[in-house]
Amino acid sequence: MRSDRAPLWLKLAAGAGLLFLHVPILIIFAYAFTTEDKSYQWPPPGLTLQWFAVTWNRPDVWEALSLSLRVAAVSTLIALVLGTLCAAAMARFRFFGREVISLLVILPIALPGIITGISLRSAFNLADIPFSYWTIVLGHATFCVVVVYNNAVARFRRTSASLVEASMDLGANGFQTFRHVILPNIATALLAGGMLAFALSFDEVIVTTFTAGQQQTLPIWMLEELVRPRQRPVTNVVAMVVVLVTFLPILGAYYLTRGTETVAGQGK
Amino acid sequence: MAAAGAIRTAGRGGLLERLSDALWRRPRLLLLLLLLPPALWLGIIYLGALFALLAQSFFSIDEFSGLIVYEPTLKTYRELLTPANLDIIQRTVTMAALVTLAAAVVAFPIAYYAARYARGRWKALFYLGVMLPLWSSYLVKVYSWKLILAKEGILTWALGKVGLLWLLEAWLALPGVGGNSLSTSFTGTFLVFLYVWLPFMILPIQAALERVPGSMLEASGDLGATPAQTFRHVILPLALPGVIAGSIFTFSLTLGDYIIPQIVGTSARFIGQAVYQHQGTAGNIPLAAAFAVVPIAIMGLYLWWARRMGAFDAL
Repeated sequence: MRSDRAPLWLKLAAGAGLLFLHVPILIIFAYAFTTEDKSYQWPPPGLTLQWFAVTWNRPDVWEALSLSLRVAAVSTLIALVLGTLCAAAMARFRFFGREVISLLVILPIALPGIITGISLRSAFNLADIPFSYWTIVLGHATFCVVVVYNNAVARFRRTSASLVEASMDLGANGFQTFRHVILPNIATALLAGGMLAFALSFDEVIVTTFTAGQQQTLPIWMLEELVRPRQRPVTNVVAMVVVLVTFLPILGAYYLTRGTETVAGQGK
Repeated sequence: MAAAGAIRTAGRGGLLERLSDALWRRPRLLLLLLLLPPALWLGIIYLGALFALLAQSFFSIDEFSGLIVYEPTLKTYRELLTPANLDIIQRTVTMAALVTLAAAVVAFPIAYYAARYARGRWKALFYLGVMLPLWSSYLVKVYSWKLILAKEGILTWALGKVGLLWLLEAWLALPGVGGNSLSTSFTGTFLVFLYVWLPFMILPIQAALERVPGSMLEASGDLGATPAQTFRHVILPLALPGVIAGSIFTFSLTLGDYIIPQIVGTSARFIGQAVYQHQGTAGNIPLAAAFAVVPIAIMGLYLWWARRMGAFDAL
């Protein structure tokens, strides 16, 4: 059959599309080594490693990174608990208002981030809640739930209910069944969902600008540098490191769910 | 199964055991316990905040004191409909539509190749090739385009190498789309939007195309259709829900973004920037809230239309 070989124009168009997706990220890598520190000159006049050392000694970068990691860790934990509970309820039960709940979970990422952000900020204002670490976590956990939920609900659907019944018939109580039967079955899906939630939180900037006050997460730090550049080479190095760091959880999530019907990471 | 649950209760007394049995006998209670934490979190924190914001769009701001007047009024919405603000809305919707169209055109060949021809190793490569840019840092992606589009950047350099610099200059001289350099033009904003949202278009189209059975294409060929006819009458209609699903993302994300036009583009504002400025420096929360209603309303209409076109099956 002729359709088993792709026509040349299709190969070219697909290849060009993939290049378009990747070249800009590679360019960032090149800029991290440039000796030029005033403009965005291309090609780089020379290559150097000195900016890595400069970045390493910048306390503001370390503080922003540490805040981002702490926020992402706690938001991911909250999202894991809430997302799994919700997925378990949706996969096992048919009930009135089921559609509403599924809409409610998706809404925080379906609506533009600026709406989530400004809603939360005006709610904090109305309730007289000062900005803190926890106001950032509150926002992040809210939109991370859906990522965990998507992964968990797909796995719950594939896990046969008869496994649970068999466990109960063999004398395990509900908690033992959860610990020894359900959890091992959904563990990789949860891990994948958790990694994606972590990546999502680590990178989030739009909601964070509204809930952070004066605090700086790493994306907020980058945004500041983009709007009011201070030391461009440091921004270049941070940008490269951020890309490399976010690749790890994405690759991890991919390998954990590879070969199943629903590979993690399709929705963001 | 119910019988098994009843038998197990005999002669067991631990607290956990009894709790476990109670939940088994009353599944509704278990459902409630499962659903309560996420529903409370999302219901109170998210929906509560959202409604609090939307309610404020029905208040107005006192021009003299700058304080919010807590009386229901439609004054803020009248303010929203002034020509300057309608201009912002129109510009944003136009941009969203252009970005969506371009993303569909660029995404289709990638999705089509990945779904129809890529096998084994290549399939994985295509998959990661879309997934990694999708999940790469949003700000880094925007930043890389600032580097690319800058006057001294790689694009100008590359065009100069192939002798097409005159083309760039002619384009920048055009009114509306041009500007001083690409990074301060409407074209620049468009390119960055296209780049950043493109993976959101590829994945749903690919998912829709994966579901087209190969036998259908064979049947079409056996019945005498040329490849072009098969594409037009079989593949495209079946892929359309995927395209619409992808367009939901590209459209919604463009409508609400305020960072990209701030970093790459002209001084003309988009809806997101207007919301940001009204709530921030201007302190006009009611108008910001009214502005926020615009993307919600547009997306509501869009989703209703997409649902009728069957796009939700492809999500």
